[in-house]
Amino acid sequence: MTASVETNGDFKENLGFRQKLGRFFNVLLLICTLVGLVVLTVLLVDVALEGGSWIRLQLFTNYHSRFPEKAGMKSGIVGSLILIGLTGLFSFPIGVGAAIYLEEYAPKNWLTNFINININNLSGVPSIVYGMLGLTVFGRMFGLFEPDSWLVKVFNIPVTTGMQGGWQFDLFGIPGLAIQLPFGRSLVAGAMTMTLLILPVVIIASREAIRAVPPSIREAAYGLGATRWQTVSTQVLPVAVPGILTGMILALSRAVGETAPLLIMGAFTYVPFLPESVWDQFTTMPIQIYNWITLPQEDYRIHLAAAGIIVLLAVLLSLNTIAVYLRNKFQVKW
Amino acid sequence: MQEVKRVSVREIIAERKSKKKLFGLFKLSRGKSVWENVIAVGLFACSVFTILVTLGIIITLFSETINFFSRPEVNLWDFLTGTNWRPLSSNPSPENFGVRPLIRGTLMIAFISGAVALPIGLGSAIYLSEYASEEVRKVLKPALEVLAGIPTVVYGYFAISFITPLLQRVLEDGLGIDVSFFNALSASVVVGVMIIPMVASISEDAMRAVPSSLREGAYALGATKFEVATKVVVPAALSGIIAAFILAISRAIGETMAVMIAAGATPRMTLNPLESVQTMTSFIVQVSFGDAPSGSINGQAIYAVGATLFVITFLMNIISDIVLRRFREVYE
Amino acid sequence: MSADQNSNNHDIVFTTKQLSVYYGRQLAIRDIDLSIQRHKITAIIGPSGCGKSTLLRSFNRMNELIPTARVEGQVYYNEKNIYAEGIDPVSIRRHIGMVFQKPNPFPKSIYDNVAFGARINKYQGDMDELVERSLRQAALWDEVKDKLKDSGLALSGGQQQRLCIARALATEPDVILMDEPASALDPIATLRIEELMEELKRNYTIIVVTHNMQQASRVSDMTAFLSIDRNDLEARIGILVEYGATQRMFIKPEMQETEDYITGRFG
Repeated sequence: MTASVETNGDFKENLGFRQKLGRFFNVLLLICTLVGLVVLTVLLVDVALEGGSWIRLQLFTNYHSRFPEKAGMKSGIVGSLILIGLTGLFSFPIGVGAAIYLEEYAPKNWLTNFINININNLSGVPSIVYGMLGLTVFGRMFGLFEPDSWLVKVFNIPVTTGMQGGWQFDLFGIPGLAIQLPFGRSLVAGAMTMTLLILPVVIIASREAIRAVPPSIREAAYGLGATRWQTVSTQVLPVAVPGILTGMILALSRAVGETAPLLIMGAFTYVPFLPESVWDQFTTMPIQIYNWITLPQEDYRIHLAAAGIIVLLAVLLSLNTIAVYLRNKFQVKW
Repeated sequence: MQEVKRVSVREIIAERKSKKKLFGLFKLSRGKSVWENVIAVGLFACSVFTILVTLGIIITLFSETINFFSRPEVNLWDFLTGTNWRPLSSNPSPENFGVRPLIRGTLMIAFISGAVALPIGLGSAIYLSEYASEEVRKVLKPALEVLAGIPTVVYGYFAISFITPLLQRVLEDGLGIDVSFFNALSASVVVGVMIIPMVASISEDAMRAVPSSLREGAYALGATKFEVATKVVVPAALSGIIAAFILAISRAIGETMAVMIAAGATPRMTLNPLESVQTMTSFIVQVSFGDAPSGSINGQAIYAVGATLFVITFLMNIISDIVLRRFREVYE
Repeated sequence: MSADQNSNNHDIVFTTKQLSVYYGRQLAIRDIDLSIQRHKITAIIGPSGCGKSTLLRSFNRMNELIPTARVEGQVYYNEKNIYAEGIDPVSIRRHIGMVFQKPNPFPKSIYDNVAFGARINKYQGDMDELVERSLRQAALWDEVKDKLKDSGLALSGGQQQRLCIARALATEPDVILMDEPASALDPIATLRIEELMEELKRNYTIIVVTHNMQQASRVSDMTAFLSIDRNDLEARIGILVEYGATQRMFIKPEMQETEDYITGRFG
């Protein structure tokens, strides 16, 4: 015992041992914290060593090839970029709209409560389930546009069969505004699936950004006779937008890394062309990487896959950097 | 330091004047209250959309599941209790459609990854919440969260390019224990690492929500820092920690890519983590990848498996949500 | 200072010498010299922000829980400097119990709350007996004896505070520090706490911080008046203005500042 001020017969403090135990656990807990970081470091080093020398121009300019030294992931990179663009386009209005409703409009009742629980729960649904949802609802549209469906028969819809089967038409008869039902394995179908997947994240992040706007601002606007929407659109949203965008970009970076739902949707592993419209087939970076991992030759399985991962991580890193930059640059401290 | 933004009444008026034109336009065309209502209904529709998503999931999964079970070759009882999963067999019959090998594979991976992630995650949470200084915490916590942002396909790659060879070298070459190239242990390790941030982050939030007055009370009774952390803070945050555990395990159950890449696709009733297994998720991908026709027995089987997966994770998420709500009621 | 300090050494529990406490670069209290008498209730009064709690917390080294806090000078507890090199603050705190402004029972059963300190310090006697004795001393036994397994959080505010007192008593301390123990309670619960303090002073030394003049005059034997150094109001440094027997202080304070504060003309 280093220093008990007064000994007392009723207690066996044994403080020396207790403090030693404490120091032991302090070290143990620090090790726990570092385990994750060590694994992360090993992972990054492993990927860099295996794939670093395979980062070459061909990786960005070529499609997948039977020869590893010629293989690239051009269609995957382009596919991923278009996909997140579309996903952002679809999920932004719905996600922010829902967030505004829940923060600024929603009354305290069972429905609001139910919506909240539902959003929490959706954020925990495995991504693969979203893949199945997307496949059924967007990809196949419940088979409603197959030649023998009741819909096709009743309305006498001119459907075709085959790979790109279904019903093609121009929206409102305007040439160029092409529509294809069902969405099949197109970029549109993939982006819509990703939209559903990231929607809970977008809503939760947007709500936090909106909640961070102090109530005094709203009260001031209401006090001047502004309507609810005037208050929201002119006072709340301008302040909340950087936070919303930050959340949006982080959600999209999750979409960039997702593989399983798109595999289920039927995204292709080998696409030797760039999509010309949103109705075209596509592949993405993670799918291309997965494809290489499953090939038997070590050049694909180990090296090209690692090179692809480096590119993927670089894209994720830049997205995150933009998000952090946005947050730091425009964040208003109250 | 950012400039503190103060919005004065004058600024608000100026702001309103500049926007007035826009609203004036709508006033002329539709009338202000109508426009307000249209917006409100639109925003409401956005949030109701999330309920439609859930409904969509349920309808999608269960309608095809019902079709699956209405086939003569399968029945629900054998599906839930059977120990053989041979969906590609040329002789589709109830004894070839028992989902238990998939559930066992899934649970084995969830169990081992939990054994990796729960103690490490909880240890990190205690360290970050109770021991680390604010500066250290500001560095370590985001660094730990990077782990959650790494795509799962990358973890799969890491498993087969690093973990599996390591296991083979240590166990097979060193101890003479057979390690197959595709094995559940390697997958579990990476899934475990993947869910560490989830355990750590939610547990840490729960511990930081424990009022500091409780810590002071314990210190004043002659407790050491370690005793304060383990005998007061952790028990007080226990429900939050349990919620974190449940969520993390649910996440492990739903994990797909890393498991599919590292654990292979062999449905079997094994308890040996060094063999290849198949999980519910990897079966779904395997079949969809083979592009099974939508009306075929396999095309329908994935929905039955997907529905099983959804029900399991749904229940776990709901339970953790309830536990977390209870916890918040105590301290907020 | 006054003559009250010059008592027999055996009757002195605490002596502070030139005690100063810093938070970061900010000086909170400066050069406090004070002797606390055994089996007496000493009240620390003064305007808010003058460092009353800081002074109280330097008696059991609780200030050190704030990473930036730094203590200069000495605090002698039974003639040993508790800030001397090699003294573990944990070993001191068991002997010097503390009760806080807001009742802070652990989210555990009433029994476990009381037994907490005794368990971690490996109490050798009969735990049930210790719990009962502590609860009786805290005048809570009759109210809770049938529900010892219930959560401590289920009690009323006043009961919770008495539970916290029982919890402190169970480590068999010498001194009990009370930081505005009744400020979060209603008048009746406050009265019960004050009665309890009267009871406890037979066996314990009590130091109580209070912002309530009536309370200080009702319960305390000695009063220390802290205030902000008037020579440097900007810095807000707490100093000891006057210390003496409560009766004298409240009837005829030596310092004008004390009188102003006690009569409500300042503070």
